[in-house]
Amino acid sequence: MMQGLIQWLQSLPNWQPYGEPKYFAFLLAFLIPIVVAMFFGRRLKIYQSLVSLGFIVVMYTGASYHQLFALVAYVIWQTIIVFAYHAYRKKYDTFPIFAGAVFLAILPLIFVKVTPAINDGNMSLLGFLGISYLTFRSVAMIMEMRDGVLTEIKLSTFLRFMLFMPTISSGPIDRYRRFEEDYDNVPTREEYLDLLEKAVWYLMLGFFYKYVLAYFFGTILLAPLKVDALAQGGFMNWPTVGVMYAYGFDLFFDFAGYSLFAVAISYLMGIKIPMNFNQPFKAASIKDFWNRWHISLSFWFRDFVFMRLVFVLVKNKIFKNRNVTSGVAYILNMLIMGFWHGVTWYYISYGLLHGIAMVLNDAWLRKKKKVNKERRLAGKGPLPSNKWTTALGIIVTFQFVMFSFLLFSGFLNQLWFHNIK
Amino acid sequence: MDIQAELIEMIDDLFMEDITDIMDEDLYNAGILDSMGTVELIVAMEEKFGIKVPVSELGRDDWNTGNKIVAGIKGLKNA
Repeated sequence: MMQGLIQWLQSLPNWQPYGEPKYFAFLLAFLIPIVVAMFFGRRLKIYQSLVSLGFIVVMYTGASYHQLFALVAYVIWQTIIVFAYHAYRKKYDTFPIFAGAVFLAILPLIFVKVTPAINDGNMSLLGFLGISYLTFRSVAMIMEMRDGVLTEIKLSTFLRFMLFMPTISSGPIDRYRRFEEDYDNVPTREEYLDLLEKAVWYLMLGFFYKYVLAYFFGTILLAPLKVDALAQGGFMNWPTVGVMYAYGFDLFFDFAGYSLFAVAISYLMGIKIPMNFNQPFKAASIKDFWNRWHISLSFWFRDFVFMRLVFVLVKNKIFKNRNVTSGVAYILNMLIMGFWHGVTWYYISYGLLHGIAMVLNDAWLRKKKKVNKERRLAGKGPLPSNKWTTALGIIVTFQFVMFSFLLFSGFLNQLWFHNIK
Repeated sequence: MDIQAELIEMIDDLFMEDITDIMDEDLYNAGILDSMGTVELIVAMEEKFGIKVPVSELGRDDWNTGNKIVAGIKGLKNA
């Protein structure tokens, strides 16, 4: 029977989320009953779950069928941990059990991330597309349970939250309490019309981002630039600078396009998933950038890594100086984010670079505050802050971010260490 | 001293900012609070008022102004 199931899965077509026009045609067709019901103030819970499951299965069919088994095993694992901790937390609250629960929840992801680094680039059998994003959701739940703000969880809602189809592969990362409220309440007709309007706009914008702009930067521009850069070789050359910008724009339009699709499809289901991008290249500082780039990820790290690190450091008075505290927390936070991307020198240095940039950004803000205070006491006006200083901030931030993306792309790894001319 | 006066003094001590006249202003938008400051404020409030404010509770929507924080402290003290 198992053999038959595997053969059947291998025979099915494999559809990656939002991967091709056909995917949208089928998805939107299946969503019509959901949209109509929403319009009349009802949520078709069972139908929506079946459609979601169907589209999840076709993500892991064909040659990647084993990912489906990994997904099922993973969800069972997380369900046991989350519900066991929930039962425990109702009666007790101890740090070792909390830390143990978080560790067990992260463990599969650690295996998946570390395996390629120690096993010649081979993927772990535990891995499946989207494992990181599911882990973020369950770990946040455990932390909120420890905090005592998440007290009631339902198995059916938990599974729907973990396996929420529009965002399963790459986010945006939602929070359980927010999701549950949306899921249990159907939007009014007026709200839903507003969501529909936004969904249509996001779908069109997403198509433009992903299939026009990302195609232009990522395929038409990037590929020949890479060939030129590798042909010239050396430490640095002009085509590599071209690779930097082309890759940076490709990364943004591809991921922002995907995120717009995910948000649009969520809206059609009446779930107001958070936005992931807010014009990141208009950021006037690196702190501003992280409020605009992959927002649901950076806010997750802010709430569940950075703030908790700071809490432990401040509460136990580890460092006398608050600037040392925030600096250490920034660097650790960004380093962990780097490790999460993958255990390679370029992801980790990408994280480290952003951590250092956050520290410098903070130091500059303190300096400015101090200077302005002195100037005020001396009867002088504050340091200039106008459209020119903002423009300068945007330019500097943009160049820094683009350079960090070049590092992130792994292209330097190819240029410096694996360039077979 | 009442809670409001104590909170104002606490924010002045921690961040060298006087919020007496801006009790309804968003402290994040005003550049007074950030994620680092939020945690410092939480720790200080725990010590001063003997309340436990969960890190995930001090959100940017419901604890973002002086008056809202005062209300939050009163709520937790009476809980």
